[in-house]
Amino acid sequence: MTTKLHAAWRNWRTKEASAYAFLSAYALLFIIFIAVPVLVAFLLSFTFFDSIQTPRFNGLRNYIVLITQDDIFMKYVLPNTIKFAVLVGPGGYALAFLLAWMLAQLPKTPRTIFALILYSPSMTGGVAMAVVWQTLFSGDPNGYLNSLLLNLNLVQAPIQWLQSPQYLMTIMIVVTLWGSMGVGFLAMLAGLLEINPELYEAGSIDGISNRWQEIFYITIPSMKPQMLFGAVMAIVSTFQAGTIGVVLSGSNPTPQYAGQLIVNHIEDFGFLRYEMGYAAAGSVVLLLMVLFFTRLSNRLFREEASS
Amino acid sequence: MRQEARGRRQGARGRSRFGLRNSGMNPQSFHPSQVKFYAVLTPLAAFMLLPMVFIFSHAFKPPDELFAYPPRFFVVNPTLKNFTDLFARLSTSNVPVSRYLFNSVLITAVTVAASIVVSSTAAYALSKKRFGLKQTLFAINTLALMFVPIAVTIPRFLIIQRLGLLDTFLVHILPALAMPVGLFLIKQFIDGIPNEVIEAAQIDGASDLGIYWNIILPMIRPAIATIAILTFQAAWNNVDTSAMYINNESLKTFAFYLSTLTSSATGANVVAGQGIAAAASLIVFLPNLIIFIFLQSQVMSTMSHSGLKQ
Repeated sequence: MTTKLHAAWRNWRTKEASAYAFLSAYALLFIIFIAVPVLVAFLLSFTFFDSIQTPRFNGLRNYIVLITQDDIFMKYVLPNTIKFAVLVGPGGYALAFLLAWMLAQLPKTPRTIFALILYSPSMTGGVAMAVVWQTLFSGDPNGYLNSLLLNLNLVQAPIQWLQSPQYLMTIMIVVTLWGSMGVGFLAMLAGLLEINPELYEAGSIDGISNRWQEIFYITIPSMKPQMLFGAVMAIVSTFQAGTIGVVLSGSNPTPQYAGQLIVNHIEDFGFLRYEMGYAAAGSVVLLLMVLFFTRLSNRLFREEASS
Repeated sequence: MRQEARGRRQGARGRSRFGLRNSGMNPQSFHPSQVKFYAVLTPLAAFMLLPMVFIFSHAFKPPDELFAYPPRFFVVNPTLKNFTDLFARLSTSNVPVSRYLFNSVLITAVTVAASIVVSSTAAYALSKKRFGLKQTLFAINTLALMFVPIAVTIPRFLIIQRLGLLDTFLVHILPALAMPVGLFLIKQFIDGIPNEVIEAAQIDGASDLGIYWNIILPMIRPAIATIAILTFQAAWNNVDTSAMYINNESLKTFAFYLSTLTSSATGANVVAGQGIAAAASLIVFLPNLIIFIFLQSQVMSTMSHSGLKQ
């Protein structure tokens, strides 16, 4: 018996142990910083936890409160998040594809220069650029946008761009779109350049007559894996960009909750009010939203079994 | 196996390009049909470039130009005053600005190096080794591509607290190493290396470590460059770690210091500190740009392997 076990162990050690050894460092970090936090968020979401006393189980209460009693969540946070996510996610994604498609039809040097210019805003994220936005959208007449509009006589008095509820969301969306040509955009550009040119020739023989048909019947089907990768990156970066409203307006909560997104709501409850169980329920809702949108894009770009 | 076949097909495809093509996808040179794309892309690129040009210009403006009315976009008399002011400053808690910069450089360098080792070893195992959980583990990592770190800052905080990592240098580095997209990109790239190469080395008696070091690493330089860039951007621009997991001011990063300069929540005088903040922004932005310019061709060759199959 022991010899048999011993043989099995030796067999495993020669065959598989080195694979697990190579994986171990990454696996350990993955478990500690990704798997366990997701699990803990899930478990905490069913408790009342103020970070001092031990968590107390309270069933689905957090979720029920979130959906039925949290006025701010239902009135501002959820609509804001959906508006922001729909415009920045699919909007930015379509823009990234269109730009990549145009770039793919230029020779190498200009293509590289344009790709560099379009990609570079995504390198820094919101923070390094906060000083730019705060100066451009500054609320005093000295701000660039205000000064321009005043000179053109389009407005009579300077506008508090970043502090006014009616403008903050729009500015957040523009700023995020500006920085959304990231890894997914580069992947789609690379995917476009990999498509076999013979496919286009074949398409024109088969009666494809215009550019739109070519995009929908040849280009996109030929680069589904890159389209899907780009979609996942777009979804993740959209939800990850949630702090932009706080960065721009300089406060959490944002003025009259105009730019309040689910990420800010989580931080508001978790770190400012120490209602960790409730914040965890928000986290779970956020992760479920990401999962839902990713499933949706899987459905759109699933490869048929043959390929 | 399927993916390897695909890799070979792609190689054949690349070679089978017929003649010089000047219109359509991936043209060799200029063709009148491209004019419309230039017409759309040039103004758009100029618009996208504006904030970055502004950062350059703003950082070198003397005070009278910073507050000129009406404001002027471009600098007229460039000066280094904003930079000397920046480094002459102490933060509100008496930490010299150079200390933040030193922290950022050290943290970023260690994170990038460690991330390359951790991701590429794991990717090698997931791509070329045979073991029971291979498919499952890769599927879990693919699922984790959609992980949004910001959603779990609170559980992460509790775990980091339990592990005693609060207020240490390690807390800047360790969480950044678990990067599903990095592992994914390298793994896809290694899939393109034919198994025969590795089998031949095994017959010659090379160990696993030898194969990883002498064969895999030299062949995946583009993928390594790519995750080096991604990790660099994540570490260099990271503000959240300093804000949430670090209380000791002398362990915080330069990007965090910049965020205190521009945040009205911390009571910073946004107007008076504008020149300094612009100089600091430029210091944060510039390394991202330089590194990407140097490595962009490697990134593009990695990205052609980035397809996500379900």
